Amino acid sequence: MNLPRSAFNKTDTICAIATPPGTGAISVIRLSGTDSLSMAQKYFNPKFKKADSELFESHKMYFGRFEKEQQIIDEVLLTYFKSPNSYTGEESVEISCHGSEFIQQKIIELLLEAGARLADPGEFTMRAFLNGKLDLSQAEAVADLIASQSKSAHRLALNQMRGGFSEKIKELRDQLLQFTALIELELDFSEEDVEFADRTALHELLNQLKSELSYLIASFKVGNVLKTGIPVAIIGKPNAGKSTLLNAILNEEKAIVSEIPGTTRDAIEDTIIMDGYRFRFIDTAGLRQSEDMVENMGIGRTYDKMEQATIILYICDISQAGKNELEEVLKEFKQYIEDEDKHFILVANKIDQLNEIPAHLKEMLELETVFVSAKRKENIHLLAETLVNKVKSKSISSDIIISNSRHYDALINALDSLIMVEKAFIDNIPTDLVAIDIRQALHHLGTITGEITTDEVLGSIFSKFCIGK
Amino acid sequence: MFEKYDVIVVGAGHSGSEAAASAANLGSKVLLITMNMNTIAQMSCNPAMGGIAKGQIVREIDALGGYSGLVTDKTMIQFRMLNKSKGPAMWSPRAQSDRVLFSTEWRRMLENTPNLDFWQDMVTNIIVEDNKVLGVCTAMGKDILSKTVILTNGTFLNGKIHIGSKNFGGGRIGDPASYGLTEQLKDLGFEAERLKTGTPVRVDGRTINFAKMEEQKGDESPGNFSFLNESRLTKQRSCYITYTSPIVHDVLKLGFDDSPMFAGRIEGTGPRYCPSIEDKIDRFSDKTRHQLFVEPEGWDTVEYYVNGFSSSLPDDIQFKALRKIDGFENAKIFRPGYAIEYDYFPPTQLKLTLETKKIENLYFAGQINGTTGYEEAAAQGIMAGINAHLKIKEKDPFILQRHESYIGVLIDDLVTKGVDEPYRMFTSRAEYRILLRQDNADIRLTPKSYELGLASKERYDRVIEKKMQSDELIKFLSKESASPELADQVLIEQGTSVLRQKIKLAMLLLRPQISLDHLIKMSPELKKYLDEKNLSEEVKEQAEILIKYEGYISKEKELADKLGNLESLPLKPDFDYHRLKSLSTEAREKLSNIKPATIGQASRISGVSPSDINVLVVFITR
Repeated sequence: MNLPRSAFNKTDTICAIATPPGTGAISVIRLSGTDSLSMAQKYFNPKFKKADSELFESHKMYFGRFEKEQQIIDEVLLTYFKSPNSYTGEESVEISCHGSEFIQQKIIELLLEAGARLADPGEFTMRAFLNGKLDLSQAEAVADLIASQSKSAHRLALNQMRGGFSEKIKELRDQLLQFTALIELELDFSEEDVEFADRTALHELLNQLKSELSYLIASFKVGNVLKTGIPVAIIGKPNAGKSTLLNAILNEEKAIVSEIPGTTRDAIEDTIIMDGYRFRFIDTAGLRQSEDMVENMGIGRTYDKMEQATIILYICDISQAGKNELEEVLKEFKQYIEDEDKHFILVANKIDQLNEIPAHLKEMLELETVFVSAKRKENIHLLAETLVNKVKSKSISSDIIISNSRHYDALINALDSLIMVEKAFIDNIPTDLVAIDIRQALHHLGTITGEITTDEVLGSIFSKFCIGK
Repeated sequence: MFEKYDVIVVGAGHSGSEAAASAANLGSKVLLITMNMNTIAQMSCNPAMGGIAKGQIVREIDALGGYSGLVTDKTMIQFRMLNKSKGPAMWSPRAQSDRVLFSTEWRRMLENTPNLDFWQDMVTNIIVEDNKVLGVCTAMGKDILSKTVILTNGTFLNGKIHIGSKNFGGGRIGDPASYGLTEQLKDLGFEAERLKTGTPVRVDGRTINFAKMEEQKGDESPGNFSFLNESRLTKQRSCYITYTSPIVHDVLKLGFDDSPMFAGRIEGTGPRYCPSIEDKIDRFSDKTRHQLFVEPEGWDTVEYYVNGFSSSLPDDIQFKALRKIDGFENAKIFRPGYAIEYDYFPPTQLKLTLETKKIENLYFAGQINGTTGYEEAAAQGIMAGINAHLKIKEKDPFILQRHESYIGVLIDDLVTKGVDEPYRMFTSRAEYRILLRQDNADIRLTPKSYELGLASKERYDRVIEKKMQSDELIKFLSKESASPELADQVLIEQGTSVLRQKIKLAMLLLRPQISLDHLIKMSPELKKYLDEKNLSEEVKEQAEILIKYEGYISKEKELADKLGNLESLPLKPDFDYHRLKSLSTEAREKLSNIKPATIGQASRISGVSPSDINVLVVFITR
């Protein structure tokens, strides 16, 4: 079932990072809900303790350490907002910490451990609205915010995972589906002449599932499952100057070029930080090695890259590009150009070889265009500014921490449910009761892999077993 | 010749009969129109009621005051409680019925229902004015007026029967199809599609060698479907099990060229869980045998139904193949199997009351909505009958929720998701199946139905008493303790650990190995209590289930309650979803089309995402 937790669970305490993603100097993590204060306090050790350290006054800032078992995560400032005098109208806490991704991730993890759950996209605003903190006329705006944040979160969830891991998650989903089908088979079709899985086989499947889950949980914990950075694809015909452009960008910004060895299938990706925002250039390895890929416009790989990207840079050699090429671009990439969630930018390269901008390019003005010379590093700063402005102006999110924690949380919950299933098996609990926990596991995993519906379970049964008298 | 009716029911199958009975019992003036008065509530397929998930539905219909359970009890020739080795949510009653008695008993009960008239005729048109139904026109040229009309045409609308390369019109073998209505409804703007189903050969029992088959007897202590009924079957008839073989499959394959299904003459979609024998051989070619159930058709007939051998292959092929099966070597057949194609109306065109969205006061119930099975049909019938009556009386509609009944799951699924093959109930379709047990259908539904005026006082009093007695027993078991001296012997016998100190009886019952009967052996006080109170088996069972599975039951209740909030957030039917640009395009389309009644229902529409639901919540709280 397609249920947002936020719509029916107004009593949960939720948390999220309130400042824009990226590595700013400081970052604010926000909690809202009845238990906000007690959850934050669990790991907050105030520097100047009053006699009764339980006493926090509303709208005052407290300095202290965020720590777990004497391991210091960060020195932070904690502000308590007593209900109803907060943004959401509920009990709220804001924790200001240093802007490092690691620190934010850790604090979020601890808050989850303390019993908070990650806010759904737009949930803080939704609560503020439902608690009468926002004007009724703002409903439209609130709805838009929910929709746009969900969309970008969804896109992130799909595109951020490193190749090998999304495969693993898919496998896990398939196995869990298979397991569920076997369980449901012996319930709904016990009268059928089919071979039911014996408990040993089910146990084995269960163990396999558990170890896969544990592996994934561990991987999320060390944070090497998701790719960071706003995905930027550079595409264009051979010799348009794609790698020269990339090198130019890297140089111009004197960027930190990091090499993240992919865990499984990904080769090397360049991520650079500009103006505090991390950008990731998709498949730059391929770009660097050769210019082989876009011999033929519209081949699958190019489309794959554009699917994954939030920003698409189409680079053309302006000294060569005729009207035809540009018209073809407009036609060929129509869906991406028109996609509200993507930014399609034409990079007209090699202006050093021209005296003036050819007339036919004027028609292209409906496309956002930046004129550069990659070779001479002319106007590269304009391109960099354009990229940063895109991020600032629109709700482009690279919120790695939240998606990482969201996945992590879902996997932990799924594992918990499977442990219940195993326990029930050992206790010889009837299968229909065990199925309750299996459904919970499906539900949790579904938040990562997409929902697993009853129809899908039945479909799996009908395709594998000959059912029917 | 006809007065003006409150409700006209078109078709007297399982759905139509329940619809007519419920509306009439509530006090509406009802006319039941059928093409043949001699085939009321005919079992067109196998002569059995209930089964997994379906048995629960019959119990629910009975709890509401429908007739299906009572008729089954009166006409059954074998009873089995399926899935008894599983947890209580899976226990499913199933009965073989005497096909002829079943129909006769239904007719007798309908004839004894006040406010109910009959008319044998074919309805060819409905009378519609300003998108409101006013009555029906018949083949005999009668115009009959009514405030509401319930269509339960089953497989009769443009029904087409296939046997091998032959095909001809028919609603069931031996009965003509019904023409005209689909075309009129299409003109009114309804969508119609085709589905297919099939039925197997019927065999002369005098020519069957049962010694070569495996006997399947009824339960030693048979139960009942109706909560009103306490009489038990004293004798039962057996079913028999036999199997096909590679030789049988080879013979059947000879007919594949003439198969209407493989040749593409059948366009309608058939059910995946009830395939024809040729389909099974084709799709599961590595399976060397398929199980067949040979089911008696009644007390006094030699006719047998070969469940699992449904086919539309040429009749001589069916016959030749049958004779290769163990036990059927010398079999003679009464009638061959056949496939039937028929029109149905995608049920997303309905409201949760089963009233159509397009034409006011017009209701659809049963196979016309794309379902399969007597139980599913009957369930829709009773709900359509109730809601047609309530509509006339300008009362609130009667809608059952998913967490309170399989009937609620059924109708919500139909209306919200539609169907792409004949819809049959499975327990896995219910989110909260631990709550939807056959043993508590009366507790779940009878009070609601009594409040409507449908379930009788007798039913209601029984439920109240059952609940009170089981609550008292639970209290007793939670208070009374077992001592090691009295309990250990039994515990050792059952292979569970002995006691270190006194423990409450209810705690002991939590152990999977221990039943209420074991507790009686451990506690003289309990024995005395039960003897004094003289409690029925039903009450004891209820208490035992509630204690034993309390953890799971309350877990599901909690989940259901959370979602219950969403079910109580109403959405207006005229809400303009296209106005909400924050909804995804797909969600806007689907929501405008389905017009969900609540946020809960909206969340079950495929293509409506959690964020779309949040957006809706924001707007309706305004």
